[in-house]
Amino acid sequence: MPGDVSYLGLALSLVLVAVAVGLSLAQRLGLEGSLLWSATRALVQLLVIGFGLGLIIDPETPLFWSWLWIVVMVIVAADTVGRRAPEAPGIRGIAIAAFAAAAVVTLGVLFGFGIFPLEARALVPLAGMMIGNSMTATVLVARRIVEELRDKRLEVEARLALAQPSLDAARPYLRSSIRTALIPRIEATKAVGIISLPGAMTGLILAGVDPIEAVRVQVAVMYLILGATTITTAVVAFGIVRRLFTSDHRLVELARPVT
Amino acid sequence: MANLYTFEGVSVVRNGAIILEDVTASIRDRGITAIVGPSGSGKTTLLRLCNRLEIPATGAVRFRGADISAMDPLELRRRAGMVFQRPTLFAGTVRDNLLVARPGANDVELRHALERVELGPSFLDRTGDDLSGGEAQRACVARTLIAQPEVMLFDEASSSLDAAPKARLEETARHIGAEGMAVLWVTHDLAQAERLAQDLLVLLEGRVEFSGPASDVRDANGKVREFLDAG
Repeated sequence: MPGDVSYLGLALSLVLVAVAVGLSLAQRLGLEGSLLWSATRALVQLLVIGFGLGLIIDPETPLFWSWLWIVVMVIVAADTVGRRAPEAPGIRGIAIAAFAAAAVVTLGVLFGFGIFPLEARALVPLAGMMIGNSMTATVLVARRIVEELRDKRLEVEARLALAQPSLDAARPYLRSSIRTALIPRIEATKAVGIISLPGAMTGLILAGVDPIEAVRVQVAVMYLILGATTITTAVVAFGIVRRLFTSDHRLVELARPVT
Repeated sequence: MANLYTFEGVSVVRNGAIILEDVTASIRDRGITAIVGPSGSGKTTLLRLCNRLEIPATGAVRFRGADISAMDPLELRRRAGMVFQRPTLFAGTVRDNLLVARPGANDVELRHALERVELGPSFLDRTGDDLSGGEAQRACVARTLIAQPEVMLFDEASSSLDAAPKARLEETARHIGAEGMAVLWVTHDLAQAERLAQDLLVLLEGRVEFSGPASDVRDANGKVREFLDAG
């Protein structure tokens, strides 16, 4: 196949890493170590994942292992969100709920309507795309909603003092946080194909698939990402708001993160 | 007549620091009562207990005899309106702000709310950015009033204003008091408290050191005397 990369080819592609290292040395950027470490780490990680995926997507392997793989991905992703947005209370549990909700809806549509066949070869990569791509927006909305409610505390309390329930008092800030988190994804969706060729499509074309067929797959994947990102950001934002107010509609103390 | 508010052995602790310590006091259900004290004496916290933006660690707060911990907090906040230290107008016009407090209010009601704080009807279509500090604060008072509360809580509401708008806001509070609504006015400014309020509650380091008619405060001794002399 045109997209086949031999081990020799893979080794030769390291020339490009060498170019980057050379540039770093010449310009005294001090990034040689990081460049080599990231290139090595990516190689090892992907080889391990590739090996694991090989086992999982084997038609002989029960689908249970694919679902288990997805559960592990959700937990790792939620932990990553938790580390990147430590100021959001209970974020790990909320992120697990968000990714799970997004998985149920998006994978339900993709496989329920038969858009993709329900087999490990489709299930695991699609779930990976869904979780990986909605993580940035999830972190962003988590940090943003805490920041908004902390910085606009006076306004929020003025709304509470007007007898608004906590969710109503938080709604303007909730809305702006979700918008802020979603806009980069919407812009990326708008610009796709003009500025960059998306990864899945590039991979398929390199592997010799007809470009129009590759586009169909890519578009379905993009819609999956768009839907999943919207669901995860909304679930996370509402989940955090619930944690930031007491049951008697008081805003809890929100400390500034240590910088 | 039941007291407006009764504080029974109320303490508030925040981050390990005692903000209010064993406060026992009552506030009469008429006129203006000023809660006075220096910065950090716990007076804002005491006011925030009145609409349950804060809750006590120990003790009870009663509103017209009812323990507020057993009341629906939204119901309590509908009955006890609050104006904050700084103007807190939301995005949009003054009309939008008034409608947050009373959805569905008609133009007559909106104009009437502005009249009560001496703002003309043209203010309805102005945004917070177009208003001076004093106008914005009075618009906030109008926003609180249009929700038809039974008591008004002012938290250092004039402390960010210059002399003239401060005097107008005091006048507004006087009018509200004269209309029969009870007013709680928190201030660090003793002179303002004396010219505005019939009753005073002096808080020093989280404890009530004086509670009674404003005319009696000058006879107080001890810590209150020191506070008066410093003021």
